[in-house]
Amino acid sequence: MDKQKKMSAKAAKSSTIATVVFAILSVLWVYPIIMILFNSLKKENAISTGRIFELPIGEAFNGIQNFVYGVTQMDFLSSFWYSLVITVSSVFLIILCCSMCAWYICRVNTLMSKIVYYLCIFSMVVPFQMVMFTLSKTADSLKLNNPYTICIIYLGFGAGLAVFMFTGFMKSIPLEIEEAAMIDGCNPMQIFFKVIMPITKPTTISTVILETMWVWNDYLLPTLVLDIKKYRTIPMDIQYFRGSYGSVQMGPMMACILLTVLPIIIVYLCAQKYILEGVVAGAVKG
Amino acid sequence: MEKSIRKYWPVFVLPTMVAFTIGFIWPFIWGIYLSFCKFQTLKKVKIVGFENYLQVFQDASFVHSFWFSALFTIVSTILINVLAFAIALVLTKGIKGTNIFRTIFFMPNLIGGIVLGYIWQSLLNGLLYKFGMPLLSLSMAEGFWGLIILMGWQQIGYMMIIYIAGLQNVSPELVEAAKIDGATNWQVLKNVKIPMVMPSITICSFLTLTNSFKLFDQNLSLTNGEPAKSTQMLAMNIYETYYARSGAQWKGIGQAKAVVFFLVVVVIALIQLRATRSKEVQA
Repeated sequence: MDKQKKMSAKAAKSSTIATVVFAILSVLWVYPIIMILFNSLKKENAISTGRIFELPIGEAFNGIQNFVYGVTQMDFLSSFWYSLVITVSSVFLIILCCSMCAWYICRVNTLMSKIVYYLCIFSMVVPFQMVMFTLSKTADSLKLNNPYTICIIYLGFGAGLAVFMFTGFMKSIPLEIEEAAMIDGCNPMQIFFKVIMPITKPTTISTVILETMWVWNDYLLPTLVLDIKKYRTIPMDIQYFRGSYGSVQMGPMMACILLTVLPIIIVYLCAQKYILEGVVAGAVKG
Repeated sequence: MEKSIRKYWPVFVLPTMVAFTIGFIWPFIWGIYLSFCKFQTLKKVKIVGFENYLQVFQDASFVHSFWFSALFTIVSTILINVLAFAIALVLTKGIKGTNIFRTIFFMPNLIGGIVLGYIWQSLLNGLLYKFGMPLLSLSMAEGFWGLIILMGWQQIGYMMIIYIAGLQNVSPELVEAAKIDGATNWQVLKNVKIPMVMPSITICSFLTLTNSFKLFDQNLSLTNGEPAKSTQMLAMNIYETYYARSGAQWKGIGQAKAVVFFLVVVVIALIQLRATRSKEVQA
């Protein structure tokens, strides 16, 4: 009895230690973002390499000046808009087209659908550098080089993962459900949208999350396809101003980085249950 | 059933196939063709056979970036997976605050590579300055470890989530049975838990391996290849060959480098999948 008590006391103690260690680790983990927040509120001369860890207090404090300056000078709002347009249109198109394609591959057993399936898997391994030059030339000649049509390029290059995930799930849907719907007089379109899509919802959520994470943060594809003088997505904007040599104003830069990170964190905190589950589901199938 | 669906192929497969052809198949085939050509603009393309490929291996910067990428990939894959697994083990023990920790560790994964690179550039340079060491852009070793830290910060949370899901699927009865048979904690971990989460290990090591080897954004923003191209990884070397070097031969060589890169990625992926799949067990 005594021994058992001792054991559980020991377990409780080690559990408390683990909590404390992880709490410290968590603070370190979010520190880079807190540092950006502090620096975005500081005056330019207080952001130099030697003073980057100082707090935004006293003479260093700059109010929201950096944000105003950053947003206007870097044209941040239009970048945000382009990123949003590209992400929403691409992800919508990918989900719609790839889920339909995946269902066809699952249900129609021909050589053609096998070829399509294996091509999709193959495309997931190919690094972007392999096609970057030819893809940007193709996009140029087909006039797919603006934020409103680039979604077709994203559908093409992102189809692999989406088709793979959807087929993985749809294979397990019993045929009887669809046959019942067919006997009730549904045509394939109706079966797909009224029967298959609702069942596929968990996979749809995972795919939306994975594809959104990719498209929203993608840098190289839009850089090569879009005209950088006219259209810049957020990652392009940051790289355009930070990567160009010469005097970079760090304050507005920090403000823009914070404005980029903040919406992502807010969305994440609101939808974290779906995001974490979606990632796990996506990985297990992959 | 099948017949009636087949009639609808223009609706179901055609849009994806057209986009897939534009976005992948055609650029891929064209890319392979161009790797055998000398060209600067597409108006003047001359076939030169295997010359580009011979040039690739004579380019010292390519060979250097290959070994740099390989070393980076090995170190980051081991480090990320070991740490992510260790954190997952602690977080499945039911300590207080598990959910908050999980949320925080995963968060960096959602931030894009370019932004991450600049955040860490400021932070690491600040630290290096404090300790009186040369800044990131002046030392290859610092650039290397900077990239490892950045990659770890971004990926550990993602892999941790997958490992947690894997560990939660290990049935408690199995662990209990091992304990009754007198297994120590270490033996339970080695002989029960690790074999049972082997599928997660396959996935995570595959993801970290390919992500590390294909790294571009973080490389561009954190070190930009400095000092003197010595921290340039493969993807960036190819990009730089293509778009930053003047001379009629470089575009063809860049494309040949890309084909070599692609083949290496495929070989790595196949070897890795075979190696870890063979260790998976059924319970």
